[in-house]
Amino acid sequence: MRTLIFTVFISFLSMASSSLMAASGGMHLDSVEIDITDQASLQRGAKTFVNYCLSCHEASYMRYNRMAQDIGLSDDQVLKNLMFATDNVGETMTIAMRAEDAKKWFGVIPPDLSVISRAKGTDWLYTYLRTFYLDQSKQMGTNNLAFKDVSMPHVLWQQQGYLAQDEETHDLSSATDGAISHNEYDVMVQDLTNFLAYIGEPSKLQRLALGKWVLLYLVLLFLVAYPMKKAFWRDIH
Amino acid sequence: MFASLMGWVDARFPATKLWKEHLSEYYAPKNFNFWYFFGSLALLVLVLQIVTGIFLTIHYKPDTELAFASVEYIMRDVEWGWLIRYLHSTGASAFFVVIYLHMFRGLIYGSYKQPRELVWIFGMLLYVALMAEAFMGYLLPWGQMSYWGAQVIISLFGAVPFIGEQLSLWIRGDYVVADATLNRFFAFHVIAVPLAILGLVAAHIIALHEVGSNNPDGVEIKKHKDSNGIPLDGIPFHPYYTVKDIVGVTVFLFIFSLILFYMPEFGGWFLEHANFIPADPFKTPEHIAPVWYFTPFYAILRAVPSIAGSAFPGVVAMGLSIVFLFLLPWLDRSPVKSIRYRGIYFRTALWLFTISFLVLGFLGTQPITALYTLMAQICSIIYFAFFILMPFYTKIDNDKPVPERVTFK
Repeated sequence: MRTLIFTVFISFLSMASSSLMAASGGMHLDSVEIDITDQASLQRGAKTFVNYCLSCHEASYMRYNRMAQDIGLSDDQVLKNLMFATDNVGETMTIAMRAEDAKKWFGVIPPDLSVISRAKGTDWLYTYLRTFYLDQSKQMGTNNLAFKDVSMPHVLWQQQGYLAQDEETHDLSSATDGAISHNEYDVMVQDLTNFLAYIGEPSKLQRLALGKWVLLYLVLLFLVAYPMKKAFWRDIH
Repeated sequence: MFASLMGWVDARFPATKLWKEHLSEYYAPKNFNFWYFFGSLALLVLVLQIVTGIFLTIHYKPDTELAFASVEYIMRDVEWGWLIRYLHSTGASAFFVVIYLHMFRGLIYGSYKQPRELVWIFGMLLYVALMAEAFMGYLLPWGQMSYWGAQVIISLFGAVPFIGEQLSLWIRGDYVVADATLNRFFAFHVIAVPLAILGLVAAHIIALHEVGSNNPDGVEIKKHKDSNGIPLDGIPFHPYYTVKDIVGVTVFLFIFSLILFYMPEFGGWFLEHANFIPADPFKTPEHIAPVWYFTPFYAILRAVPSIAGSAFPGVVAMGLSIVFLFLLPWLDRSPVKSIRYRGIYFRTALWLFTISFLVLGFLGTQPITALYTLMAQICSIIYFAFFILMPFYTKIDNDKPVPERVTFK
């Protein structure tokens, strides 16, 4: 019976880690390695984020000074290099564009990106940001493999260049050159995805740091509790 | 000093008497096994939910404009807020894990049978209250699944003939799930239902301590007492089962912490991915699935074909699937309690029932396909057959002789 229980528990764990319910929508997603303790990557991602995302999208639950602390920058560095919409480091990452204007210009209000990594998953974001392709039938002139008929234009076109889709195979190939190589672009998007994963749950840094101590404490408690139970139960037959 | 203080208290309040009756001189069978950890674990999780819930209430705002943001505020700006929130969200699923195992224990050892019918009834009422509590709590983060899950479930009441429309309107307080719904669900989640749960827990434990605990052999330890009137196979709950439960609690908390600290979303099973998108009444998600602990009943609901365009038969089936559980003490006609001494019919029926319940649970999370609907229909039939045929197969079962005294296995 114990083996059965153990097997059931392990299968539940593996079921959870394989994320059966992830919101991929059935499309093949490129997998990306995420490490929110990699401060250099987070700093590069933050730079891309404030330069290219934070004009239309907000991250209205994320505070600048919290970010500064977590990604290894001083308030002053953030103030000088990463803040354009406010000069108070205690502010959250909001934008100046009004929602009704956004609706008029794009047809939709660009979503808040604070927890987008938790809704969509990092693999989806990594794939999405790398699979814009030319499509003249669309208002913005581009379409996307991960998000069909998306209203967002290919904001990073200067870096990646434009891709075109082969009509028969549906594969994407380079149509124009970007400012950086494809490998460099992949790294850029990986850093950005990493940053989005970080702002999705900044407290994850504390969570992971605390977790091992809690587990260690419980192991020590077990080492006391189990012999105690044995001692009390010695005479029960 | 302590003795005189207790004397003073005992003259005015039965503190020592209560301590003895429910702990130090409550005689529990000495052969409790793995399955007997889950009652005290349920109590632990209940306390955890209440304490973390109080702290969440301090910062949460039950307002459609503010709710989603206030949860993220708790996750980011409130000191230890992330821990409190994850304790509560992981605790919700842990509660159901523990309760399902606790109920399963009742099934395999016949703990619902005479003289423990009321223990079972109070327990079932607790289960229903817990489902209401969880359902209303899930609306509060005001994500897409909160919103659309509530929308789907409340609209089920609309399928009730004649009064349906009015009924669902009355529950929501608006024509769609809206601010009025969020506010009243908040009131029910933090006050009304928890009060009912606490009262029922008291009734559940008082009834249990009146009749005494069942055990894996399903024999009544009160039949054999020593000269002092103490059951020969009984041991005082305290200290024996308190020290044993500390071990159980430690192991439970280890697994609980493993999930809380390393996979709090549990792959989308405990916190659904779509719930990180704020509720949008104009955008229906492609696939609406309730949280895992409701999915067996949701699968039954979907398995029953609608009649004349009304989903009412499905709603009735879902309701009956709970009602039958209440009737177990009277459906089971076998003189034997424990599965150890039951015949082949009950053993087979219980296995089939358990498998169909788990399969229904899985199917409830999946989008509808022809195959899945067929599977859900077959499993629903097995689910109901377990109860409807129980008076017959338990009566003619070839039960084995039950020992006079408890055994250690």
